[in-house]
Amino acid sequence: MIEKALVGSKKYWFWVLFLLTIIFIGFVCYLYQFKIGLGITGMSRDVSWGFYIANFTFLVGVAAGAVMIVLPYYWHNHKVYGKITILGEFLAVAAVTMCILFVLVDLGQPMRVLNVIRFPTPNSIMFYDVIVLNVYLLLNLICGWTVLHAEYKGTKYPSWLKPIIYLAIVWAPSIHIVTAFLYQGLPGRHFWLTAVMAPRFLASAFSAGPALVIIAALLLKKVANFDPGEKAIDSLAKTVAYAFIANVLLFIFELFTAFYSGIHSHQAPIKYLFVGLEGHAEWVPFMWAATILAIVGILLLVIPQTRKNETTLVIASIAVFISCWIDKGIGLITGGYTPTPFETITSYRPTLPEIGITLGVWATGFLIMTILYKIVLEVRASTELVVKYEGIVYKK
Amino acid sequence: MAIKRRDFLKLTGLTLVGTAASAAVGDLLTRGEAKAEEEYASPPEALKGKRWAMVIDVKKCKKGKEKGCNEKCIEACHYLHNVPSIPDKKKEIKWIWEDEFEHAFPEQTNEYLEEIFKDIPFLFLCNHCDNPPCVRVCPTKATFKNEEGIVMMDFHRCIGCRFCMAACPYGARSFNWVDPRPYIEKVNPEYPTRTKGVVEKCLFCYERLAKGKMPACVEACPEKALIFGDLADENSEVSKILRERVAIRRKAELGTGPAVFYLID
Repeated sequence: MIEKALVGSKKYWFWVLFLLTIIFIGFVCYLYQFKIGLGITGMSRDVSWGFYIANFTFLVGVAAGAVMIVLPYYWHNHKVYGKITILGEFLAVAAVTMCILFVLVDLGQPMRVLNVIRFPTPNSIMFYDVIVLNVYLLLNLICGWTVLHAEYKGTKYPSWLKPIIYLAIVWAPSIHIVTAFLYQGLPGRHFWLTAVMAPRFLASAFSAGPALVIIAALLLKKVANFDPGEKAIDSLAKTVAYAFIANVLLFIFELFTAFYSGIHSHQAPIKYLFVGLEGHAEWVPFMWAATILAIVGILLLVIPQTRKNETTLVIASIAVFISCWIDKGIGLITGGYTPTPFETITSYRPTLPEIGITLGVWATGFLIMTILYKIVLEVRASTELVVKYEGIVYKK
Repeated sequence: MAIKRRDFLKLTGLTLVGTAASAAVGDLLTRGEAKAEEEYASPPEALKGKRWAMVIDVKKCKKGKEKGCNEKCIEACHYLHNVPSIPDKKKEIKWIWEDEFEHAFPEQTNEYLEEIFKDIPFLFLCNHCDNPPCVRVCPTKATFKNEEGIVMMDFHRCIGCRFCMAACPYGARSFNWVDPRPYIEKVNPEYPTRTKGVVEKCLFCYERLAKGKMPACVEACPEKALIFGDLADENSEVSKILRERVAIRRKAELGTGPAVFYLID
């Protein structure tokens, strides 16, 4: 089936070339980082994780979020998702690949990464994260590819796949729970040490993932004549609405605990992010942008007219996606490191090469997504032709 | 005796998987703990302890500073261990350094205490916790606790993920953001230099203890403000002092069990 990605319109090749260019720029930036070290980034002794880990965390959510389509389809026989289920699975493949790349570019000694396998350490959450992410990637690749191949051959997928599909469904939340545990079990990082971290991660995952599927499906409808089905999009929009409201609520619960209890150390990171602390206000505009986007997103999603209108739905989905990205990416990481263990503040800003590498990884993910989606569309188009032909015959 | 190609391939595959799996299981069994596989004989002069700890007399430290000790402890440590002097504060590497009371005990700060401890220096270093979060999170056991209570680092195994830095509530760990060697003024050939991309910190001079010497900072202090010894031995100097005087530890409420005590009376 892979050959289907090798033929395409000018638009398709232009898009692929564009992504390849960004990947190339990112790769050159990475070579520079590989030679000099992580010193080329904005990270410091005090803020020792930055943009890479922020994007990693966010994308784990996107990957896990795909289950919001796969689960209703296979478990509840929610037929309207028939056409987009595979988009969810392949989105997960692209997102997990990006996650793995983000972890790799964040390592100080990437050549030693296999030490994680050579010296397995079950007391480290990182150990489990490596396992759950890689298995999740494999599960989605197997499920998506086999189902598509069956479709390509005009048959139903083989029966051995069913247990794997179910495993992939129950596996999905695990990747995000384990990723939350990376943070929420650390003493002395006030912003992270909270039991609602995992639920918050899940809620943001279940909104950001499906939001991206909505954007992708409606984009494909426009540029590639793909019809996701009106009901599917409406169902998905409701999922995004509920999950995103839950996400915002969980954050408000955090605010309540921090400010009603009056505990300074719990308030400090939130103050730093939203109003600035001791003259440091690096991320204030971003956090307020996320807040405004969240409000816009929720309004557009809860009002039935705007939710059912494709244009406003896309706007809402983009708003939700970016809002989650700021909150869970930048906000979570810098908030966790601020204030430092000495109750001082060290500012963090990503550098240009750091942003270059980040964009390169994103472009790699989008390229994988493009290729997989392209194959899906081509396979669908080749089978649909017959139906149309028969349709015409029957009509006549 | 005809074997079909298909069966042959299946058998070969199974054999390969089996071999790999048994090797992996074997590795898991033998490498599970950071136990020495063969017995190392430590030299007879080695100082041995079950729970090494340090007591810092902050007032003596202040006295030393007034007499112009010029942070001899920091200098001795950083020279002996090839700790680079990186000018950029954000990327600096330090094993032992001086800071103020309110940064050492931010949760204890009040205006009276701040006044009392205004000019008193507090030395920061790895606390060699009983229950170290950094060891708990390390995915490769590059940082581990040895049988004498020291939180150790294997610079050659560290993959540079910096999870330990996120986990340490004391900010005791530094990362080599770039190659540190150009920033080492005078290299001590007796101790390894590090490469870029690995984490490092104070190791309680395990290499000096093995030769029967006290940690470098303890030896260098002209005021004897730093006292080092075995907490498990109730006749050791540290145990005696802690029984008699008022000592506090940084962020003890986190349950980490730090082994660095500050005498404040």
